[in-house]
Amino acid sequence: MASEVVLETVDLARHFGGLWAVAGVSVRVCAGEVVGIVGPNGSGKTTFLNLVTGYLKPDRGKVIYLGREITGLGPRQVSRLGVARSFQIPQLYAGMTVLENILMALAVREGQALEFFRPLKTAGRVKKAEELLERFGLSKLLNVKVSALGGGERKLLDVAIAFASEPKLLLLDEPTSGISSAERYQVIETVLRALAEPVGGRERAVVFIEHDLEVVRRYARRVLVFFEGKVLADGPAAQVLEDESLRQRVFGARG
Amino acid sequence: MRRVFKGLGLGLVGLGLLGAPWLLPGWLLFLLSLALAKGLVVLGVLVLMWGGLVSFGHGLYFAAGAYTVAFLAKFLGVREAALGLLAAALLNGVLAGLLGLFLSRYRAIFFGMLSVAFSMILYAFLLKFYFITGGTDGLRVPIPTVLGFEVSARDIRTVNYFVNLVFGLLGLFAAWRLSRSPLGYLMRGVKDNEVRVEYMGASVKATVYGVYLFSGVLGGLGGALVALSVGHVAPDLAYWTTSGEFVFVAILGGTGSVLSPFLASALFELVRNYAIKLSPYTWQLSLGLVLLGIIFFYPEGLWGLYEWVKGRWRPKSSSKPSI
Repeated sequence: MASEVVLETVDLARHFGGLWAVAGVSVRVCAGEVVGIVGPNGSGKTTFLNLVTGYLKPDRGKVIYLGREITGLGPRQVSRLGVARSFQIPQLYAGMTVLENILMALAVREGQALEFFRPLKTAGRVKKAEELLERFGLSKLLNVKVSALGGGERKLLDVAIAFASEPKLLLLDEPTSGISSAERYQVIETVLRALAEPVGGRERAVVFIEHDLEVVRRYARRVLVFFEGKVLADGPAAQVLEDESLRQRVFGARG
Repeated sequence: MRRVFKGLGLGLVGLGLLGAPWLLPGWLLFLLSLALAKGLVVLGVLVLMWGGLVSFGHGLYFAAGAYTVAFLAKFLGVREAALGLLAAALLNGVLAGLLGLFLSRYRAIFFGMLSVAFSMILYAFLLKFYFITGGTDGLRVPIPTVLGFEVSARDIRTVNYFVNLVFGLLGLFAAWRLSRSPLGYLMRGVKDNEVRVEYMGASVKATVYGVYLFSGVLGGLGGALVALSVGHVAPDLAYWTTSGEFVFVAILGGTGSVLSPFLASALFELVRNYAIKLSPYTWQLSLGLVLLGIIFFYPEGLWGLYEWVKGRWRPKSSSKPSI
């Protein structure tokens, strides 16, 4: 069965000064896919996400989401269309509690961002937030301020916020970085389990950037290898990650 | 037991506020009236501070509200307080709506300086267009009618006090609701993490714009109430030192509660009053020293002081999870 193409980029490129951080990337991601992006530091992985979500404007190329061109739209418009992302360094409201962070995401999702009289904490919204946080294993931390959270918990909350907007395309930027290796599998499993459920009868597409090749091997069905701003390899995880010459070239002795 | 104390305390405060005209000497009642009216403007400054924005130009709305009342009386012969307040609220809503389009694009010092610039434009206008505004002499505001009733010169102080009290409480209630609403949270989100606000799919600009509208209306109402209470308006209302005073009082009160602008405003008026009595020529010096002391020892303002006292009274529940 040919599934729907959720994200397509055509010759996407962006340079900083004389360096092409992303130098012509053309990929397609379909509904139901879990795609891992690997590559050394500076190979353009995060810039790629920034281009897709509109944080940066491309110098060249197109971004197409569900058949609609979204090149040049800002993060707000892109988010509203159903593309959500998490960040390498979690972007949270540090002065607020875990619950409040999620409630805000839910309120915005409901189109209540400009509601100024009715409270944020309605019974219905709190219930929804609790269910969501339960799925991410954060229910014990409901009323803890974000500034008191540990690294792994922040990562999870960051993904949970992205998840609250019921995205059809989810882009995760190193969901397991900065987390102890003991916690690592737990975090990614929690995330992927939560993401496995379809939204509105439609399967999501998930793209995640990851340095830990073991995590990629286990959880990604397809791998993109970024190198110097280009996609060097694209294929099933087992095949790509076993390619010894590719590994040598991209990761040196490591991995 | 604590609830009983709290209820009792609230009841006493309520009774005190209702009985103030009969409990307090005239000058103190007048001072309290002013504090309530200016507290509204400070509240307007405070809601912007949630988003990390400091408006050094709220004298603009303060003056615009006050002159609305004065112009209504001068040019249209309308001295009904309700109409004056309504007109001030509407006009300042429109004014904030226009300036907000521009100001909501800016942050930090740029926002602050631009708001000063706008307020100084109004100041110059009030100063120079003598035939309309009365120039430095300002304009007299006649004793208003309240909901159609004539008020005698003897009762005006009491009536003004109650009008200001009603609007102070309304403003307080509205700001309290705002602080708990999605918009209020997003405004604090703007200060905390703008990137996150946009990536949630909300607009930073629209958030700031919405709160700015509310803030402008509060400023205008505060100005209109002061015009009605004092019976006179002058260009100084728009001068940058007036705006600076509002920011100062907001910081003095602290951003912890929507109640603090009113407490700080009352304290500020009291301190200023006594500073002038004590030493008419160097009152700014005495005032400055008192305020410096408060800010030095209680950087979170009066509300921080209150929280500190509360914290000493009972152990603060830890917000950290048990490990």
